[in-house]
Amino acid sequence: MATKTTGKPAAGKNARPFYANHSAAQLKEALRRMYLIRRFEEMAEESYVRGLTHGTMHLSVGQEATAVGACMDLSNADYITSTHRGHGHCIGKGAEVKFMFAEFFGKEEGYCRGRGGSMHIADPATGNLGANGIVGGGLPLATGAALAIKQRKGKDVAICFFGDGAQNEGAFHEALNMAAVWKLPVVYVCENNQYGMSVSTARSTAVKDVATRAIAYNMPGVTVDGNSIADVNEAVSAAIERARNGEGPSLVECKTYRTKGHSRSDRNRYRSKEEIEEWKGKDPIPAFEKDLEAHGIASRSEIDAIREAVEKEVQDGFNFATSGTNPTPDSLLRGVTTTDDIAMGVEA
Amino acid sequence: MSDIRELSFSAAVQEALAQAMEADERVFLMGEDIGVYGGAFQVTGDLVHRFGEDRVRDTPIAELGGAGVAVGAAVAGARPVYEFQFSDFATLAMEQIVNQAAKMRFMLGGKVSVPVVFRMPCGSGTGAAAQHSQSLEAWFGHVPGLKVVEASTPEDAKGLLLAAIDDPDPVLVFEHKLLYKVKGHVPAGMYRTPIGKAVVRREGKHATVVAAAIMVHKALEAAEILAKEGIDIEVIDLRTIRPIDGPTIIESVKKTSRLACVYEGVKTLGIGAEISALVAESEAFDYLDAPILRLGGSESPIPYSPILEKAAVPQTDGIVESLRDLVKGRI
Amino acid sequence: MAAEVILPKVDMDMTTGTIAVWHVKDGDTVKKGQPLFDIETDKAAMEIESPADGVIRIGNAPVKAVVPIGTVVAMIYGAGEEPKAFSGAPAAVASPAADAAPAGPAALLPVVAPAVDATGKARATPLARRLARQQGISLAALAGTGPRGRIVAADLANARPAPAAASTTAGTAIASGMSTEAVKALYEAGSYSVTPLDGMRRTIAQRLVQSKQTVPHFYLTASCTLDELLAIRERLNAHAPKGEDKQPLWKLSVNDFIIKALALALQRVPAANVTFTDEGILQHRVSDVGVAVAIEGGLFTPVIRAAETKSLSRISIEMKELAAKARARQLKPADYQGGTSAVSNLGMFGVEQFNAIINPPHATILAVGAGVETFVPVNRQPVLKTQMKATLSCDHRAVDGAVGAQLLKAFRELVEEPALMMA
Repeated sequence: MATKTTGKPAAGKNARPFYANHSAAQLKEALRRMYLIRRFEEMAEESYVRGLTHGTMHLSVGQEATAVGACMDLSNADYITSTHRGHGHCIGKGAEVKFMFAEFFGKEEGYCRGRGGSMHIADPATGNLGANGIVGGGLPLATGAALAIKQRKGKDVAICFFGDGAQNEGAFHEALNMAAVWKLPVVYVCENNQYGMSVSTARSTAVKDVATRAIAYNMPGVTVDGNSIADVNEAVSAAIERARNGEGPSLVECKTYRTKGHSRSDRNRYRSKEEIEEWKGKDPIPAFEKDLEAHGIASRSEIDAIREAVEKEVQDGFNFATSGTNPTPDSLLRGVTTTDDIAMGVEA
Repeated sequence: MSDIRELSFSAAVQEALAQAMEADERVFLMGEDIGVYGGAFQVTGDLVHRFGEDRVRDTPIAELGGAGVAVGAAVAGARPVYEFQFSDFATLAMEQIVNQAAKMRFMLGGKVSVPVVFRMPCGSGTGAAAQHSQSLEAWFGHVPGLKVVEASTPEDAKGLLLAAIDDPDPVLVFEHKLLYKVKGHVPAGMYRTPIGKAVVRREGKHATVVAAAIMVHKALEAAEILAKEGIDIEVIDLRTIRPIDGPTIIESVKKTSRLACVYEGVKTLGIGAEISALVAESEAFDYLDAPILRLGGSESPIPYSPILEKAAVPQTDGIVESLRDLVKGRI
Repeated sequence: MAAEVILPKVDMDMTTGTIAVWHVKDGDTVKKGQPLFDIETDKAAMEIESPADGVIRIGNAPVKAVVPIGTVVAMIYGAGEEPKAFSGAPAAVASPAADAAPAGPAALLPVVAPAVDATGKARATPLARRLARQQGISLAALAGTGPRGRIVAADLANARPAPAAASTTAGTAIASGMSTEAVKALYEAGSYSVTPLDGMRRTIAQRLVQSKQTVPHFYLTASCTLDELLAIRERLNAHAPKGEDKQPLWKLSVNDFIIKALALALQRVPAANVTFTDEGILQHRVSDVGVAVAIEGGLFTPVIRAAETKSLSRISIEMKELAAKARARQLKPADYQGGTSAVSNLGMFGVEQFNAIINPPHATILAVGAGVETFVPVNRQPVLKTQMKATLSCDHRAVDGAVGAQLLKAFRELVEEPALMMA
């Protein structure tokens, strides 16, 4: 497969492609990003609970394997579009947590200068076109980014993250149809965490697996274990390769689970404690650590060192953000249009 | 080479599209039936033969997806021009226009721009009834992050469209369907009509009429009729609905002391309401010598019957009467 | 809130209407929807219903008079409101048809309704308010010609003491008895030419209509013997100092004496040195005397400020300058605004006596005729004297008959014994 593997493969040829096609450094970086997502979100939640941040947030604790696995083989020239539950995608695509914290705290240093907040975190420099407050909002956008790539005859791809809720929106169907008709280089990655807010996919969706909807749009569709970074990465990598080869779009459904509520105000009335506990037992991070150890890619002490480094990065990021610069009210119109920016004498 | 030549409004639009595509590879067109069919109003015509199907791209009948794909392509570096077959169909794409295109630059801290253009054939007078005849400029004019333009002449149709394609922000270009066949002088070169600048089409001293698109023509007709009675009307062609050109309007009202707004969209909460408020809030307030007048579309959907359809939007006769009353101090 | 009862527009092209009959009396309790009056239009009569419940106060609304649509003809006061007498008078724009009943007192009603509404606030456009502020004119003193008595910019132009440059609001209708079409129909086509109204003519027309129809005029005439004045004038002119060009520096006219005499008379009778406003009577301290100056196509009324303090020669020099500026149409607002009275002298045309129209905001104007040699009885013997008739027009709202008579008496004394002007 077309990989971005750097260095020596981490495991032998008999190992599954995920381990055979990535270097040890890449895999350890993947683990680091999963930790980073987890600890960033836990810290963010704590800040919220303590009343230090403004507005709500949607946590993806338990879904880290999907975000990191799907983004591992992308460069900054490749695009992603994200969802309202987008912290993982952002870090998976290479964002720095200090600028994300700064955004949470509404500071000028934030990725969106404090104008977007949790629900609109974006880092265009790494190809991340942004989280989205509208369910299904990113589907046409990623498709459009793929069309732009095709128009300029580029080899880049667009990855479109969306949830099980979005695949009942009209935008999903319109976007997938167009991408298939025009053979656009886009990979639709459905994070099926099984609930659209409180309504389960069983109650909202006519098909058992979202991936079967790919049939309607004449594109490959696969369902994988979203809590296995290897499963996610292998399926998405195959789809990326198809896209880069001009063979068109694919749909990858990653079955996963958010162990936290929909948002901070969720009282979990629609699911049982047993169900949540069961999925906590399928936590993707310890499972990946175990595999890394089993393949001899990372030792326990290396893993501990990664955890400690993440801990420090998160703490430093938090401190960076709390000492950030507050926007001034006179900058309210900044970024509304380029005309406003020119009038204000600022550069984008 | 003579620069004095006449083109129809639709030919002027087509020329702008062709010149923009010639000049910049990133520019491409999307829309329903814009390819071999030539567009519902034959605006794209045979451009598909000149530029190929990739750059004059027929889309499925899917306005939300189509508009959204255009927005995504714009964010990713392309310069798409998306044609709504009728601007009424933009209601299907409100999410992508209002939540995504308009807000993306702001939400992302000014780090991206969204150079997408939506072409919006609008207006009544074709017997297409309620779902194909609306004038929804004011809806979009209410959304920060969008720019809304609307030409009254072939020259501005080309100039405003080229300016819209150049503009780094999302621009909705409204085109009144009854103007497509109107002919006028159109320079051959690639010129831009500045967005955000109105123009005084006729100077006068007794009242200012602010109008857009086809209403500019009706206001000018009314002004000619009134001129014979010694009433001298100044007519401002708005050209840009957002950002609106306050200074031009305010200066004019300071001169004439009377203001009438003439627009085809529904009167209530329409363009005229905004202009009235803008003047009332400005230094021009102290120069008003009569109440401000709004002549807008009726508080009804556009009807099918030609009699009713005509009655639903301002017509020249009614404009003449209202302006006469305004200037004679009868309101 | 008190509800206004207006004369409504009931036909598309209707601009005036006539109340045919009232169905209720002043002070009646009325119910919303109850017929209040019948309106006659060009086409048909129509019953007009009450817009509210309450006690109706009907103004002196004339039956059978033609009234502009939108005119408030009555007020209805709801529970808890004091049903004040309604003073608003509808504007009769034209007398009713010739065969209608002879005009009674109603025909004397002003054309223009006061622009003050039931709350006591003046209705005025923003431009009119701004102009009034700039010119220091009280809106309450003005009558509005706009709908429902609204004061518009043109009304401010009218309120100026003298016509200024062309009004910016050309097109404003001037109240007139007949439409242009009706007037033209009386003359054979081609038997006349039409000179368009210029700004000055329009302004003169508007403000004199306004004055004559809103200011209640009365007139007092006295004969003044001029012999002493003429003798003094001759002596003074004979001794006028000469400039480098050997020409006299000044030459007093009879009118210069009249200006000074009127100014001093106004000081002797302060009750006549006033202006009427709704708020109260403005009592002026100095005597600013306007002087009508005829020019081609119209007239101006420049003002000699504090004329009581100025020497005759000073008045003479100033008057010559102002008249020259007026003929060159170079007067500035400061040259003609304000004033407390005015002199209009047609003696040079041989006119012996006439009545002048008051120039608001003045309270009086003195119309001066020619000096005429007349035999008058002195000690029962006829003696030839030069007599001049002076007629004082007074605004009765501010100046009553006795006050006007005192002013005229003082003026006469000063003219007949000019040495008193030096006292």
